[in-house]
Amino acid sequence: MTIRPVTYVLVGLGSGLGASLRLLLSAQLYQPEYVWPWATLLVNVFGSFLMVFYASMVGSQGHWKVSEPQKQFVLAGLCGGFTTFSVFSLELGVLWIRQQWFLAGGYLLASVCCWLLAIWLGYLLATKLTKRMQIL
Amino acid sequence: MSQILPTSVWFWLLFFSAAALGGILRFWLTNLVSRKLGMALPWGTLLVNCSGAMALGFLAARVAGAEQAQLVWLVLGIGFLGAYTTVSSFSLQTLSLWQAGRRQRALLNVILTLLLGMASVTLGFYWGQE
Repeated sequence: MTIRPVTYVLVGLGSGLGASLRLLLSAQLYQPEYVWPWATLLVNVFGSFLMVFYASMVGSQGHWKVSEPQKQFVLAGLCGGFTTFSVFSLELGVLWIRQQWFLAGGYLLASVCCWLLAIWLGYLLATKLTKRMQIL
Repeated sequence: MSQILPTSVWFWLLFFSAAALGGILRFWLTNLVSRKLGMALPWGTLLVNCSGAMALGFLAARVAGAEQAQLVWLVLGIGFLGAYTTVSSFSLQTLSLWQAGRRQRALLNVILTLLLGMASVTLGFYWGQE
């Protein structure tokens, strides 16, 4: 399947928007004495939730019918630009290098558990919503 | 307590463009890799996340104490590399593998992403310090 140029443009716009929101949020939650990376945890959890929820709603069994560029604007663009793996891994690396083992281990464990929980919740909500919409 | 961000229009234009480019590059690369290597594992997302983590580690080591450090860090690090890498695609793909009954692969995807990602960022950081 070839990807239309408009899809690339929309992915770019979504990604710019998502990353700007991430920067604004992380500036709000900024801690001068860097302890626990709340902002990254929050964006990755919320972004994962939205990604799975939206993908389930617009998927083959979902209820919303949208065009491919519109779908990728939200998925690859907005959610992709909002969440970040590189910043997460750097924060974990910094805690590790500072030998803050408990914080590093806690951050790793909390991140993975919260991501998985967010995926599950997003999927659950989308399935429930789709069922309800089909009844109506 | 909040961080002081640059407020100029130019900064936000630059930041937005860098993040848009990062996202487009990710989208293009993940599609290309999944066409070439197949969908047994989300290789594209793995590649994007590891290369992005390595580049961010490198950048972190390089900008420490440099001139214009905040601007370069925010635009290239948080904007471009932040948007280039992703947790949401990783999450969706892990769920897809799990739902397809490929539970071992889903688990493998989580472990590989974390292990290789941490190795990449560490490697990039030490490389940047040289």
